[in-house]
Amino acid sequence: MTLIVKTLTAMEPETPGWRARLAAWTPFLVIAPSLIASFVYVFVFSGWTLYISLSDSSMLPSYRFVGIRPYIDLWSNLRWKIAYSNLFFFSGFYVVLAMLLGLALAIAIDQRVRGEAIWRTIFLYPLAVSFVVTGAVWRWIYSPDVGIEHFVRGFGWSDFTFRLTTDRNLAIYAIIATGVWQSSGFAMALFLAGLRSVDPDLVKAAQIDGASRFRIYAKIILPTIAPIFVAVAVVLLQFAIKTFDLVVALTNGGPGISTTFPANYVYDLMFQRGQINIGAAAAVMMLLALAVVLVPYSLWLVWRRRREGRAYG
Amino acid sequence: MATLTVARLRKRFANVEVLKGIDLAAAHGEFVALVGPSGCGKSTLLAMIAGLESVSEGEIRIDGRLVNAVAPKDRDIAMVFQSYALYPTMTARQNMTFGMESRGVPRAEQEAAIKRVAALLQIEQLLHRKPGQLSGGQRQRVAMGRALVRDPKLFLFDEPLSNLDAKLRVDMRTEIKKLHHKVGKTTIYVTHDQIEAMTLATRIAVMHQGQLQQFDEPAVVYGQPANMFVAGFMGSPSMNFIPAALSEAEGVATVEMALFGGGVARLPLPFRPARAPAGNRVVLGVRPEHMFRYADDLKLRKPAIATFEAPVEVVEPTGAETIAVLKLGERDVTGRFDPDGAPRLGEHMKIGVDMANVCLFDPSDETLIPRAAN
Amino acid sequence: MVDAAYEAEYLAAARTEARRYALGRIGVYAFLTVFAIIYLLPLFVVIANSFRQLPEITRNGLIAFPRSFSLEAWPRAWSHFCVGGACEGIHRNFYNSLLMTIPATIISSLLGALNGYVLSKWRFRGSEVLFVCMMLGVFMPGQIALMPWAFVLGHLHISNTLQGLVLIHCVQGLSFTTLFCRNYYISIPDDLVKAARIDGAGFWRIFYKIILPLSPPILIVTVIWQFTGIWNEYLFGVVFTDGAQQPITAALVALATSQMNAHAYDVTGAAVLIGAAPPLLIYFLGGKYFVRGLTQGAVK
Repeated sequence: MTLIVKTLTAMEPETPGWRARLAAWTPFLVIAPSLIASFVYVFVFSGWTLYISLSDSSMLPSYRFVGIRPYIDLWSNLRWKIAYSNLFFFSGFYVVLAMLLGLALAIAIDQRVRGEAIWRTIFLYPLAVSFVVTGAVWRWIYSPDVGIEHFVRGFGWSDFTFRLTTDRNLAIYAIIATGVWQSSGFAMALFLAGLRSVDPDLVKAAQIDGASRFRIYAKIILPTIAPIFVAVAVVLLQFAIKTFDLVVALTNGGPGISTTFPANYVYDLMFQRGQINIGAAAAVMMLLALAVVLVPYSLWLVWRRRREGRAYG
Repeated sequence: MATLTVARLRKRFANVEVLKGIDLAAAHGEFVALVGPSGCGKSTLLAMIAGLESVSEGEIRIDGRLVNAVAPKDRDIAMVFQSYALYPTMTARQNMTFGMESRGVPRAEQEAAIKRVAALLQIEQLLHRKPGQLSGGQRQRVAMGRALVRDPKLFLFDEPLSNLDAKLRVDMRTEIKKLHHKVGKTTIYVTHDQIEAMTLATRIAVMHQGQLQQFDEPAVVYGQPANMFVAGFMGSPSMNFIPAALSEAEGVATVEMALFGGGVARLPLPFRPARAPAGNRVVLGVRPEHMFRYADDLKLRKPAIATFEAPVEVVEPTGAETIAVLKLGERDVTGRFDPDGAPRLGEHMKIGVDMANVCLFDPSDETLIPRAAN
Repeated sequence: MVDAAYEAEYLAAARTEARRYALGRIGVYAFLTVFAIIYLLPLFVVIANSFRQLPEITRNGLIAFPRSFSLEAWPRAWSHFCVGGACEGIHRNFYNSLLMTIPATIISSLLGALNGYVLSKWRFRGSEVLFVCMMLGVFMPGQIALMPWAFVLGHLHISNTLQGLVLIHCVQGLSFTTLFCRNYYISIPDDLVKAARIDGAGFWRIFYKIILPLSPPILIVTVIWQFTGIWNEYLFGVVFTDGAQQPITAALVALATSQMNAHAYDVTGAAVLIGAAPPLLIYFLGGKYFVRGLTQGAVK
């Protein structure tokens, strides 16, 4: 009897019950909170800041629209101009030097050296150290009283001077050097992984063709890992644009205002001087700088994926 | 009892239609092979039968029950994947019991099922190992074991042998055939390998570009392919297609084709085509194994022999047989010859074709021109 | 005779080759050693100075072989030293950082794993677009979110609390953890999920029975990244908390930049080490897996 009922019901076309429908919606329900949070964070927050940057907010946010006046104020401010030019100067040196050093270290480690894990750990550990700690420690090492200057003078060279952080023209180099110390290990790790991912047959073929070690690197290996160069450059550039705590801990923007960075300027205007709208405008400029780096990069990625898709598909 | 019926089944991804109205039916205990080149839609069809892909149009019935909207777990099916899809963190035993645990089958029953299947597949000593510790063939067995323990209505195989090396593949093919004889479950088997399809299936469904080309018993699919695609796909080396003209000589239908270096060969047919295509243009389909080195006694064994001469261009001995490429008109034809009296390079060879086994196709739509009933 | 001449030539060539190889090796090791010294110098300086006596440091400089020994700096840095008006050392800030970092790391890693699982194995119409939108969060500069966060924290009544910082770091970290988990799960064959669905497992069962057991390599990456990132974060800490609520980075900056403590090298050294220890510990324990996972994601 039950068997017949079962067979009969089985013949009916089935519509999914509430359980099945819930099951179908589960993935979406699981991801929804994160999606909403990210959406708010990315779009609503930046939209909000953008609006503030067009308002007459001062100590407290206000929503009275004043157009681009805060931007005009921003760009007529000497400190902001210094900050922006510092950012370009710093980014250029920092990215190029960190990549060069990272690449050199990666190639050296790639020569089947002994104790590879130890070398790698040594060069990468600064990545785990905060910019705050990095800045605080290097501040000492640069300090004329107890740092490098004192150290070298100890050998008898009594008029040796090494005063990066106290000279307004040189302080930016102290920040560059410290940034490179912190990040070149990261570049090294990515380059090393890239070098290891090159098809060994390619290298063997080049060796049989009689290419020297240098030529093999210059003509075969490095060109094949070109995408990694771009990826590392982009990541380092966005580190550079966000540079904040390193400067706070190392020079605190000084001497004077010579090492002010955009991120420090935003913080100062918003929380020290009560010019929220101009601070917001500066933050928007930072976002713009990031977009200048990231938009072409994403387009390039998409383009490359398309091209590869065509090549293989 | 378990049957499968697929009717007017369509599948669209965005704007691309990958299945264009498939009709298919498998009787109880049948072994149906879905075969076709990659991208023909066979795996999509299997995934839809399994419930892993939604149905755009049409219906799928298992045992008469419409399952279009039924979740995979409620369809009472089991599937063996090309990659085996063994859960890497679980032992072979845990892999096999996972499905039963998900369904809340009592422990004792699980144990009994494992025992039965492990004995059947001879994998008792592998049960405590993880997939990483198994060889390709052993993984294959465990994957089949995972499908078998649940005693499902329908067995689905998605190219299960394509990751094995050539020798193991042949062994496992035999195993699967034995297994099907033993358990007698209705089976749908996807493969791109026409030999697997020929050897295993009770019926073969040949697919191409989202359409079912032919669905019939292996001998029919091989001997009377519905169209030139099926003819070319089934069999290796492929069937030779030779442009020819149909004529009538002394009351016998005859095929005329151009020879290399000029001249025409006339090959009389032992049957009458059911229809004559436009302009009497046909494509003559000859399988390589139906060509022989002509000798006078051949006529005694194969009364429908017709002859022509052609130069030998390439000779490829494989041991058991010798493949040779001959020049015929503007094109190459491939023949399969006995190593005794195999073609020699440069030779001008007299070929006997067994006309009882040739096919004629209509060049306008590439379909088979059937034989007229006598 | 001819053979001997050839052999001599061959041996000579082999010898120059061997010499060149040896020189190359020496060059490589010399290069690595020089930079290793530069990289380790700051670590050496802080460790050494935290155990030296202050007068000796001032006399001999920071970069010097320790000639005095003292354990005094450590308890002072931990519980007595005066930072920004309060003389309690940095132990409170250390605990704050732990109480902020551990929950934020766990929550954001777990959510990232779940999101990655959905975005790689349960794709739905438009999920790719949503994914890209989420990814933008990885690159957002914190400064642009400062005012909105201040507003949100104020309205949730969690301004100047660790909960507020946990919330910020969870939302901020989601993008990263989701990105890495998704890219990792993409490489897990879809067939496993299909097989499990046929086996009767649902969304959650597949997650904790099949996906999670395969996840340790990527969870190590996200946990290390999140832990070090959140522990080392300074901007949000200094903006949204003050005094006894501040995380350790804010306290360290206050300590290191204050004029009053400018010459307390011993105590600052100990405090800096305490502040750097947890992420360094995590890195030394799991760094190998971290590098492997991070580079796998980047090279692909």
